[in-house]
Amino acid sequence: MDDWHNGGFGLYVHWPFCQAKCPYCDFNSHVSAKIDQEIWAKAYLAELERNAPALDGRVLNSIFFGGGTPSLMHPDTVTTVIEAAAKIWPFANDIEISLEANPGSVEAGRFAGYRDAGVNRISMGIQALNDEDLRRLGRIHSVAEARAAFDIARNCFDRVSFDLIYARQGQDLRHWQAELTEALSMAIDHLSLYQLTIEEGTAFGDRYARGKLRDLPTDDTAADMYQATQDICDAHGMPAYEVSNHAREGAESRHNLIYWRYGDYLGIGPGAHGRVTLAGRKYATETHKAPGKWLDQIRKGSGESLREELTFVDQSIEYMMMSMRLSEGMDIPRYQQLSGSELPAERVQDLVNLGMVTISDQRIRATAQGRSVLNAVLRELLVD
Amino acid sequence: MTDLAKIRNFSIVAHIDHGKSTLADRLIQETGTVEDRDMKAQLLDSMDIERERGITIKANTVRIEYNAEDGEHYVLNLIDTPGHVDFAYEVSRSMRAVEGSLLVVDSTQGVEAQTLANVYHAIEADHEIVPVLNKIDLPASDCDRVAEQIEDVIGIDATEAIQVSAKTGQGIRETLESIVHKLPAPTGDRDAPLKAMLVDSWYDAYLGVIVLVRIMDGVLKKGDKVKMLSNGSVHHVDRIGVFRPEMTVIDELGPGEIGFLTASIKQVRDTRVGDTITHEKKGTEDALPGFKPAQPVVFCGLFPVDSAEFEDLRDAIDKLALNDASFSYEMETSAALGFGFRCGFLGLLHLEVIRDRIEREYDIELITTAPSVVYHVYMKDGTMIDLHNPADMPDLSVVDHLEEPRIKATILVPDEYLGDVLKLCQERRGVQMDLTYAGSRAMAVYDLPLNEVVFDFYDRLKSVTKGYASFDYQMTGYQTDNLVKMSVLVNDEPVDALSMMVHRDRAEQRGRAMCEKLKELIPRHMFKIPIQAAIGGKVIARETLSAMRKDVTAKCYGGDATRKKKLLEKQKKGKKKMRQFGKVDIPQEAFISALKMDS
Repeated sequence: MDDWHNGGFGLYVHWPFCQAKCPYCDFNSHVSAKIDQEIWAKAYLAELERNAPALDGRVLNSIFFGGGTPSLMHPDTVTTVIEAAAKIWPFANDIEISLEANPGSVEAGRFAGYRDAGVNRISMGIQALNDEDLRRLGRIHSVAEARAAFDIARNCFDRVSFDLIYARQGQDLRHWQAELTEALSMAIDHLSLYQLTIEEGTAFGDRYARGKLRDLPTDDTAADMYQATQDICDAHGMPAYEVSNHAREGAESRHNLIYWRYGDYLGIGPGAHGRVTLAGRKYATETHKAPGKWLDQIRKGSGESLREELTFVDQSIEYMMMSMRLSEGMDIPRYQQLSGSELPAERVQDLVNLGMVTISDQRIRATAQGRSVLNAVLRELLVD
Repeated sequence: MTDLAKIRNFSIVAHIDHGKSTLADRLIQETGTVEDRDMKAQLLDSMDIERERGITIKANTVRIEYNAEDGEHYVLNLIDTPGHVDFAYEVSRSMRAVEGSLLVVDSTQGVEAQTLANVYHAIEADHEIVPVLNKIDLPASDCDRVAEQIEDVIGIDATEAIQVSAKTGQGIRETLESIVHKLPAPTGDRDAPLKAMLVDSWYDAYLGVIVLVRIMDGVLKKGDKVKMLSNGSVHHVDRIGVFRPEMTVIDELGPGEIGFLTASIKQVRDTRVGDTITHEKKGTEDALPGFKPAQPVVFCGLFPVDSAEFEDLRDAIDKLALNDASFSYEMETSAALGFGFRCGFLGLLHLEVIRDRIEREYDIELITTAPSVVYHVYMKDGTMIDLHNPADMPDLSVVDHLEEPRIKATILVPDEYLGDVLKLCQERRGVQMDLTYAGSRAMAVYDLPLNEVVFDFYDRLKSVTKGYASFDYQMTGYQTDNLVKMSVLVNDEPVDALSMMVHRDRAEQRGRAMCEKLKELIPRHMFKIPIQAAIGGKVIARETLSAMRKDVTAKCYGGDATRKKKLLEKQKKGKKKMRQFGKVDIPQEAFISALKMDS
């Protein structure tokens, strides 16, 4: 059995457009005045059909519409993609079909349409619960709009998650604790809580480099905030199942679990990445990032810009890196099968002694403390 | 062969940056020795490092043919010497091969410490000295003041100093005329037995060892069998020539001439600088006085960052040593750093030059441990050992006392910075020997321990004087003092490569500075790390590096896997570049940076 079966198989659809570019975002997103939805629907179809033969016979566990802002997609476009996928692959009984949405009033008007298309989970980018901070994050919605959109989403979908960004400019520990408690009172069963990361090549990145991004919490404060997040969410029955993701038991994002459990995923749309196993070999795939170029290339036959075989050692590194983010941790025999080598025993023991990881049932798991310094833990675990 | 009366042999002495190499270029160009199209700046500095740093490391020689205004044709032999204190031995021996010197002083700056040090070498060698005031094209040029200073400070007549701009070419003719008319012609007897001075030697991959000689008496020809007087070894001369400045083969060298010979000699170590060369048969028995071989004064460990490159390092060091008899090395093992070499150098610049050449020319990344001077350790049983490495310090119970090397340092500095300079010397355990003024500049002479100077004294001096001070030194001897070995413990493990000898009174201060520096240099780990300095079993300073609390990527989904993996692999590589001590990774730059003192 190929290794990917341990993680499942999902479809990722990238919608590259936003109404405005957020200053912290380094995702592949573009602002465009006029988008011809039909052309895009046809392009997605072409990409699905191109990939279908090689992935024949699989069962699809999830679809995820990400972006950009996929809530700018017309419900008909979403319907086209889902119907086409259904013709290619049998859907798992519990298939999860998620769509990322901006919490504005216009988008909320399309929620019922998405539900009718087959979407059964919405993930909303609320980001903050006060207007001043939303403005500083470059968001175009207000808290009132977000709450209204959230209520509409709850009425349309059983599963609604939302994102918050913390460790923001000027935010202190108590402020975050209060905001998180308020968020938990709204939440249904899933929350993504991200520490603000300053990425190169973003507006925040430029400002930071020029020393103009003031009042960011220190690393120590950010670490305190992370710890407080774990404590508060645990107390509300929403423990972390991943570094930045919290859910009630059974409400985890199944699509994202495919990434972290290192399954296979087909990525379509501009700049989408994929991992697909064909004839026992696993490949990393990428598509052209620029929307116009991607469309052009599809007309010429394929939107793909890269297909690179991953060695088993590469796969073992990716599996470790992804799975150690999960509270369920990494399956040690599976890792050894891929890497062909053991974990470095002495360093593992050091990490256990430091309280960074635990080992039981043939799994290695990062503790909450270990997850907060996961990059350092991974550097130790990686075999030289 | 050239008529003795038509030969002039000279060198140029100057402080660094006073335009010595540019003046040499101009003399070469003006006489048409090198075609204009082949001219490049600092022609005589052939190593990349020399050009980049604007310094001369090896002495270089050029033969210049000059048609003087008296209608006669002269042969001028220039030996261009290094200006830096580390290479003072090169200067002093090169001086013995010539009869006169041009003393080049920057007319915007005046006399500097290296001007003094080098001109004294010339005076000791009985040179006729012609002062040259350079850079007169610059607005800040003040020839009268500088001429007066030369008379005051050095004590030579500067009334006929030549005013030159090596940059524009002004005064170059006058300089050439002065060389011809003011410097003496060499003396020598063509019919006497061959007596030649071995001035320098270096290794060439094609020709073997090239020997630079000055003929005192007799004639040297191709095919001659020559004998080195120091050890009686005999060599068959297969090539004779001169530098113009490229090597040019000629038939013979007569008295007063400077040129080279090759004789299938394999190693520079087989030639002794200062030796007397004569013919095997009917040679002279009368040896020239010779020179003392240069002694390494600064030692440090060189270790490959990647321990798999040890053999490559051995190879690189062997090759460099072929060409540099002044640098010594032996294998060393460090608990912390593995296999490497303990190397001895003439000074810090020499150390840096060798280290740079290994890294650049042989592409080996190095960890350099703290430089140390040579201590004399007197044992209770009456014996004495030379201590090159603090890690080898014997147990105190068997040691009677220690001596450390001292220097006489000469510092010239504008008046307004004098206070800071005196304070710096005081901090470094200096004893003032003299303090005089020449115009608005002060000259301070200090007796200082060499170990307080080898590390960062010159950097500090430049920084407290905004670059206006100049500095030179000479070794004076050894003196007993209260010296102890300070060890450094990181996470309770001693790091041998960081141990150092310090004066007891300065130990606490050095220990504290070292611990604070290491706290900045060592990255945070997943656990807290105590950093301690200790003398014997007694901890004299301590810092704690707190544990890392946050190092995680907030978002990592399917699209991030590739980028994240690359980042992780890069970090892992960075970690490999550090050295592990127990469970702590120490970056390689820490071994040098930790010792730099900010105050």
